Amino acid sequence: MMRFVVVRAFESLVVLALMSFVVYALIGLMPGDPIDIMLAGDPNMTPEDRERLRQLFGLHLPIWERYGNWLVAAIGGDFGFSRTFNRPVLEVMAPNLGRTALLMMSSFVLSVAIAIPLGLAAAVRQRRLADYGINLFCFAGKSVPPFWLALMLILVFAVELNWFPAGGIETVGASGIVDRVRHLALPVACLTLLNLASVARLMRAEAIGALRQDYVRTARAKGLAERRVIWGHAMRNALNPVVTVIALEFGTLFSGALITETVFAYPGMGKMIYDAILGNDYNLALIGLLFATLLVLVGNLAADLGYAALDPRISYR
Amino acid sequence: MRLGRIALAAALLAAAPVKAETRDTLTIGLSTFPPSLHPLTGAELVRSYILAMVARPLMAFDPDWKLVCLLCTAVPTFANGLAREIDLGGGKKGVALTIAIQPGATWGDGTPVTAKDVIFTNRVNRHPLSGVVSGEFDRRVVKIEAKDDKTFVLHIDRITFDYNNLAGYRVLPAHLEEKAFAAPQDYAKRSTYETNPAERGLYFGPYRVAEIVAGAHVVLVPNETWFGKKPFFKRIVLRAFENTAALEANLLAGGVDFIPGEGGLTLDQVIALEARHPKRFRYLYKTTTSYSHLDVNLEHPALKDRRVRQALLLAADREAIARQIYAGKVSVAHSSVNPLQWMAAADIRRYEFDPAAAKRLLDEAGWSEMKGGVRHNAEGERLAFTLASVAGIKANELVMTVLAAQWRQVGVDARIRGQPARVFFGDTLQRRKFDGLAFFAWIVSPESVPRTIVHSSMIPAAANGWQGQNFTGYRNPEMDTLIDGIERELDREKRRALWHRYQEIYAQDLPALPMFFGTVGFVMPLWLEGVRPTGHSATSSIWVEEWKAK
Repeated sequence: MMRFVVVRAFESLVVLALMSFVVYALIGLMPGDPIDIMLAGDPNMTPEDRERLRQLFGLHLPIWERYGNWLVAAIGGDFGFSRTFNRPVLEVMAPNLGRTALLMMSSFVLSVAIAIPLGLAAAVRQRRLADYGINLFCFAGKSVPPFWLALMLILVFAVELNWFPAGGIETVGASGIVDRVRHLALPVACLTLLNLASVARLMRAEAIGALRQDYVRTARAKGLAERRVIWGHAMRNALNPVVTVIALEFGTLFSGALITETVFAYPGMGKMIYDAILGNDYNLALIGLLFATLLVLVGNLAADLGYAALDPRISYR
Repeated sequence: MRLGRIALAAALLAAAPVKAETRDTLTIGLSTFPPSLHPLTGAELVRSYILAMVARPLMAFDPDWKLVCLLCTAVPTFANGLAREIDLGGGKKGVALTIAIQPGATWGDGTPVTAKDVIFTNRVNRHPLSGVVSGEFDRRVVKIEAKDDKTFVLHIDRITFDYNNLAGYRVLPAHLEEKAFAAPQDYAKRSTYETNPAERGLYFGPYRVAEIVAGAHVVLVPNETWFGKKPFFKRIVLRAFENTAALEANLLAGGVDFIPGEGGLTLDQVIALEARHPKRFRYLYKTTTSYSHLDVNLEHPALKDRRVRQALLLAADREAIARQIYAGKVSVAHSSVNPLQWMAAADIRRYEFDPAAAKRLLDEAGWSEMKGGVRHNAEGERLAFTLASVAGIKANELVMTVLAAQWRQVGVDARIRGQPARVFFGDTLQRRKFDGLAFFAWIVSPESVPRTIVHSSMIPAAANGWQGQNFTGYRNPEMDTLIDGIERELDREKRRALWHRYQEIYAQDLPALPMFFGTVGFVMPLWLEGVRPTGHSATSSIWVEEWKAK
């Protein structure tokens, strides 16, 4: 098992290194140099200003050389400065990372906690009203555009009912846990609704299959309580593929956070990466995207390990 | 039971008040968040908007479009003796400006604002490694000397009609920033504006920054050392919502009190909001010097012919567009000079909607053969081009769609091409890559000379480091002479004649097709008073101490 984890960690490092180059090159290939954007907006900038700023930000160097310099510094633990914020990248990223982690983890836990019982309930009540209702809810959750859902939540719960704030992270001057939770409520609800659909649908399908298996029939024949049959036997066996999807969905959650953060004016990682790409802030965009990649890799590793934990037939060497 | 507990918790959460602010707090909603509040390392509108409340520029054009002192005591002129001509040698003349700083001007930590700060700012602006965006004005300063703590003399290397215009010039606190500037190449990173932006010694305006949460909000509180009128609000909160739908929702939900015209909602969004909630807010529309237009690529085979450009303008029903898309809140432009500017001429050529005349001109220009609804010339070439702009701005997209449809009526094929802002401004325009027309707007100060826009030396090219905004590639020796003349002419009436000729040539040659003079929309709570939009590049927040609640 340990060997497997070490090999996968090494593979992840290789993927990260490759991704760092791809991301760096892609941002560099985008048309529109940041200095040219400044030049277009400021008629007083002279060619000397342009050249001076290009040199200052290292933009006069070829892209591979810039990347090489960055890589050497990054290996030494220096991830560089954000061009737009004039602050070390990690310093700019840290508060955003914390906020996104809070948003994502809350949504993740909530969506899994709701989706698994929901899928199971639909499977147990297959082709009954509850099943149809849950299916409809899941289809809606899967097909509704995130942007629209976020706006609807704002309109209903913030504008019309005035139950929750429409955006931001806190009421200025009224800090406290309740205030923070109130600000988190709508973005978390939005992200949760968007993510629980696929997990619930898969859980339903797997549970239906498991409920038809011989071991379930045997469990029932032994006279076990229905609750124990479902939770102890059917769910445990149905969970394996669901764990894979949950782990992979963790990466998807990150992209959902981008839209959620934008609509709810929630300053997190998604929005930071988006702004960094648009602003040609190489270092910030790069670290942000690498972090997103790392999240997917960790999700995959977690799925693999989850398999082994849930299914005694699987072991890694 | 468990469900009951969850419901109770949800009810308790929901019952908590959304907004704790009272009317001694004003919450302003903005559509962007500034990356920094350093006065020199960027020029975003939102940065200027916030900075105006915490540190005044030396001078500004006020809402009556008059140049006034803010940090200084008197605008230097030849008449008041504070400006005098100087000999720079070699037959070159310059001007020396004596400027006194407000006696009570003091940084928030109690250190007086002095000539030393101005001299330090000049050093930072001139240093090639300091990271400032543009040090062009300071490089014109050949000498700067302190007469005493509060008075300095600037020696400038030329005499232009706006010799005393230091509008927007911002001063840095030398006592805090000198240490950071010890290594100029690292100054932008080490500056106190970046390391501790809530340091009170950085600000000397009616307010100072008390808190910044990057990407979310800035909190301003009254500055104890402010030398002017005491501001009304005990706290101003500036919240950023980079999604305008979220900004509007927050306004409706009470999370935001006020959305300014500068850096808030677009005009069409304000118009739509007013239609839905006419009584809930006060809507203030202000015509501005914002000039929207279609830059023409004068190297395009068809568009280089002036008759074609004139025909395009004749075939565009701009009055109808203004009425239908902007609810009549914008005015049709006939040149780049706004009627609000003193030098605007009323007798220049106008292009009223006249498709028949447009067709005649196109026939004359050789585009007379119609095939498939599009005009062709004798060589069989189609009269077609692209119409580029920034994607995602709804009103712009509507305008372009209508224009394309109207031009189609006279046999012109314009294909719309939307691009991300960074590509459009940073690449398509600056590198002159647009094939046909480019739709955008700019905003200017009350008497801004369009040197960078129409002078032939300002055509961006690799040879000049892509400097300039003459994206059309317009070359006219008479126009160049006029621009040089306007800048040098100190006599206002003589300058008016030059401006008149400029407008005549512009309307005749049409290097760009004038569209509209813009309007900005302010959405204010019914209780807010004292906000005076300027209509030009100076933000209304400069006079924040005049704002109060009813």
